[in-house]
Amino acid sequence: MAEPGAVERRAPGRGLSARRALGGVAWGLRAYGFIAAMWVRSTMAYRASFAMMLVANFTTTFLDFAAIMIMFSQVDALGGFALPEVAFLYGTSCVAFGLADLLLGEAERIGRRVRDGTMDILLTRPVPVLSQIAADRFALRRLGRITQGALVLGWSLTRLELEWTAGSVLLTVSMVLCGGLIFGCLFVLGGAFQFWAQDASEVQNAFTYGGTTLLQYPPTVFGKELVRGATFVVPLAFVNWLPALRVLGRDDPLGLPGWVDFAAPAVALLCCAGTALVWRAGLRSYRSTGS
Amino acid sequence: MHLLRLNLAVAASGFRRYATYRVATAAGVFTNTVFGFILAYTFIALWYERPQLGGYDQSQALTFVWIGQAMLATAALMGGGFQDEFHARVRNGDVAIDLYRPVDLQLWWFASDLGRAAFQLLGRGLVPLAVGAFAFELTLPSSPTVWLLFLCAVFLAVVVSFALRYLFALCGFWLLDATGLSALSTLLSVFFSGMLLPLTVFPGAFGEVVRRLPWAATLQVPADVLLGESGGGGLAGLGFQLAWAVVLLAAGRLLQAAATRKVVVQGG
Repeated sequence: MAEPGAVERRAPGRGLSARRALGGVAWGLRAYGFIAAMWVRSTMAYRASFAMMLVANFTTTFLDFAAIMIMFSQVDALGGFALPEVAFLYGTSCVAFGLADLLLGEAERIGRRVRDGTMDILLTRPVPVLSQIAADRFALRRLGRITQGALVLGWSLTRLELEWTAGSVLLTVSMVLCGGLIFGCLFVLGGAFQFWAQDASEVQNAFTYGGTTLLQYPPTVFGKELVRGATFVVPLAFVNWLPALRVLGRDDPLGLPGWVDFAAPAVALLCCAGTALVWRAGLRSYRSTGS
Repeated sequence: MHLLRLNLAVAASGFRRYATYRVATAAGVFTNTVFGFILAYTFIALWYERPQLGGYDQSQALTFVWIGQAMLATAALMGGGFQDEFHARVRNGDVAIDLYRPVDLQLWWFASDLGRAAFQLLGRGLVPLAVGAFAFELTLPSSPTVWLLFLCAVFLAVVVSFALRYLFALCGFWLLDATGLSALSTLLSVFFSGMLLPLTVFPGAFGEVVRRLPWAATLQVPADVLLGESGGGGLAGLGFQLAWAVVLLAAGRLLQAAATRKVVVQGG
């Protein structure tokens, strides 16, 4: 820990020892905590404004569910799924996405930083760049989305008449955690992409916001091609579709083998590894605007 | 004459300003198209359960989705127009310079927002609608008159959307921190414009009220005009939009007068 930033800045290919790599990760997380805590203190200086933003965040994200409730005021089922089942999908998707948005959502501002030159400052500090970027403007108001998703999820659990086993409880918890990791990877990948295309920050919205919207509805609603794409190309199906179908006792429209429903943790880890590589490549290709 | 030339120049610069960022435009088109597909499939499922829901058949409902994606940036339904810049100028005092100018504040921002909307209709609206028309069976009219009426409805939608956002933006003179206001403005617009679900699907008395609010003029009415679902051959819809445009622009003028009397610029 004498030179905390050393791990991040080392030239690639010199063979990191596992201990130093772990030390680097631990320092990155600690630095993230420091920066986030600073922003929380700063937010709390304007409590009324914070309260308003929290309510606004809660309400804005709740409107998506309000639309679903209006749909169900007109129909009994959507794609063969009843309201509590859709609410279960909605809740898991929303909480998983909310966690990623809270912790890593700021990564979408990288393009702006590259444009205005503030990226350079981050590179000179002895703190991993990802920690600095992700914790920048850490916004507790995003708890609004998580709370809202959790309430819908809780409501759906009271309405679903399921035989709860240890396995399905574990699957539900892992949906939120692994789902959060997968969405987090999408945020960081989107951020890394902006090292190459600064103006294209909106592309990632299609995968992040688009992804969470997609997962709020049952896979039976969508065309097979779209479901395949969301399983094999962008592994969104592992966030909640596949494990949720197992918990709800539904068949998977693609007819994948049963063990796939439990593969989310492995998929999430693979995503993290792939994202780490892309992030490093992106950071290495960064060229300062010089301003 | 001079006033017209000036405002045309402001509008043209608004158009050019947004046209500069081509990659951003392409990114926006991509995102609109992806969202269009997601919404289209949910609507197919919904209209499969209840054909003729909200008075639309399935093809009309799909057309509604893609018109919504085309209008999203054009009428700034999810924010993203002039208001962020306006708030910044109110907060840092630059608005004093704007007030010195021998042009009207509301007209200036209106012209620049029209320029932005014109670009975004062409740059971000056409492609998603075309992709939607390729991928799904849409109900698009063949009569040029209907398309002309639709263009008028789009224009009026932008006017009403501007007038609404201008009212919210002016509140920044009193509140200074406008992030909450922007959030509220976007929230109301997304829900009550029909962006999430056509307003004709909203049930009961709630639906009756929602369809008469000004936000209905920003998406629901233009869509109905194109789908031929607006009364009087579309003229009823245009009349509704025009009425709200006049009321809201007038309210904007009153509020602007009050705001400029109140403005205090810190010296230094």
